[in-house]
Amino acid sequence: MTTFVRLPDAQLLPHVLTYRRALAARRRQTIAAIIVLGLAIIAAFFMAEVDVLKLVANFTNFTSYLQRIFHFDSGPYTGQLVVLHPGFGTDDWFWGITKWLKLLGETLLIAYLGTAIGAAFAFIFCFHAADNLGKSRTTRWITKRLLEFCRTVPELVFALIFVVAFGVGALAGVLALAIHTAGALGKLFSEVAENIDMKPADGVIASGGNWTEMVRFAVLPQVLSNFTSYGLLRFEINVRGASIMGFVGAGGIGQELLTAIRKFYYADVSAILVLIIVTVMVIDVVTEYVRHHLTGAGR
Amino acid sequence: MKPASPPAPPGALRTQALEQRPALAIAYPQIFAPSPWRRLLTLAIIAGALGLMVFAVWELDFSWSRIWGGIGKLGDFVTHMIPPSYGTEARLVLYLKALGETLAIAFLGTLLAALFAFPMGFLAASNVVANRLVHILSRRFLDSIRAVDTLIWALIWINVVGLGPFAGVLAIMTSDIGAFGKLFSEALENLDRKASEGVVASGGNGLHRIRFALIPQVIPIFFSQVLYYFESNTRSATIIGIVGAGGIGSLLSERIRENEWPEVAFLVLLILLIVAIIDQVSSRLRLSVIGQRNVTFS
Repeated sequence: MTTFVRLPDAQLLPHVLTYRRALAARRRQTIAAIIVLGLAIIAAFFMAEVDVLKLVANFTNFTSYLQRIFHFDSGPYTGQLVVLHPGFGTDDWFWGITKWLKLLGETLLIAYLGTAIGAAFAFIFCFHAADNLGKSRTTRWITKRLLEFCRTVPELVFALIFVVAFGVGALAGVLALAIHTAGALGKLFSEVAENIDMKPADGVIASGGNWTEMVRFAVLPQVLSNFTSYGLLRFEINVRGASIMGFVGAGGIGQELLTAIRKFYYADVSAILVLIIVTVMVIDVVTEYVRHHLTGAGR
Repeated sequence: MKPASPPAPPGALRTQALEQRPALAIAYPQIFAPSPWRRLLTLAIIAGALGLMVFAVWELDFSWSRIWGGIGKLGDFVTHMIPPSYGTEARLVLYLKALGETLAIAFLGTLLAALFAFPMGFLAASNVVANRLVHILSRRFLDSIRAVDTLIWALIWINVVGLGPFAGVLAIMTSDIGAFGKLFSEALENLDRKASEGVVASGGNGLHRIRFALIPQVIPIFFSQVLYYFESNTRSATIIGIVGAGGIGSLLSERIRENEWPEVAFLVLLILLIVAIIDQVSSRLRLSVIGQRNVTFS
């Protein structure tokens, strides 16, 4: 029979007490956290004017809205499911395909140009913001704050301001995306640059290279594949962002979607949404494939 | 490549290194003489990317006059923005209330999304529900929710509950259910299998496995992801008002349209401040819960 070794009670007692105290402290913490969370929820309920009854009462609106956008509400097919007539004819679901594809193309171009310009600025700034490469404390601090500003202000706020400055159109959208992208990618890029192996950089400096040569020959080869991967990821995000730029008049398919939703062109809403979803998914799959390829080959 | 420029009389080390160069060149041909095809491919990719940029600029109809004119106007706006001001006291109260509303939208939206996505994540994780069809369907479902931007969801919810912050809460909730569902299910799939195997080996059923092997491992990861999204939702909630779903965005877009630049600057600073505070708070909380800084997000 096995015997269990057990401390004598006199020695055990202090341990038991310590354990109980620790447990009680933890329990108090948990209870405090729950109370704080509960209070926050209650406060938020009032501030956000949450009205569960209204939601329950109107929830049929949501389902009927979904139902309505998937049925024709005018033309010869009135009342039929849109998927029954997915053609491109004047009465079909995708009747506006030429216009929509053009706008979708514009959306993609906005996303692409915004990503490219933003990535270029991020590329210029990231080496100055990286702790191991930045030239001086001051430039590092300034670059970091600048990038922070660029990524914290939502892109739609930039878009709103730019629409006033540059006029309605894709230019405002591209610039807004570019600024946000520069901030977001600048941070990621500089983090990549901070994690490199510094030996090649020391080597270049030791053999008489200047800062630019050091970045070009020692840093760049180490970071390029990761930069491309992050850039593609950002492109994916920006496609989503560009699809709503039109809400504030900054180009792309958003304007058309907003009109369709506001004017209750139900079948159009679903058609445009389907186009956006399919495009976003295709871009996701393609960039993910390329990214896996890149990081796989990079290692 | 340039030889190192000024160094003093070539030391023994240098001569030695230079002597080794031919041998090294033979040993590592890809580095000393990269294949012309690879170079050509790189050049072609760069040329293609630049060409697409030029095409985009042409297709989107950019003109220098518009760009310069716009930059001039932007300069004007910026000079008008200084010093930022909140206008009247009544407006300050309005702004602070809108800020509170923004936070409430982000907080509730994230919380509700996490609650709904929790079971969805289990459903979409291939190591919990082994059925391939369920797995693929739930993943596609989550993907299509995610593909629709928060602002579009806001427009749809406005049709259901009317204008106001409640629509914003629902919009953030909906679009985050997609994101959380995906992140949660991926976190579940990447868990250590040993705990599950232990539970199953000692006679536990599927529910026991979820409760005692998966949930304890995954809760800290979920929590940290939720906090991270709370941060980013604070940002989303600041703009959701542009379409009428509550928060500070509606006021901001009004002030921009009215050319009230000092107040625009004040509002932007307010947003920056609140986002910075939330960042700090949530990274503290995250550190205290998971005890480390980095949890990966895709």
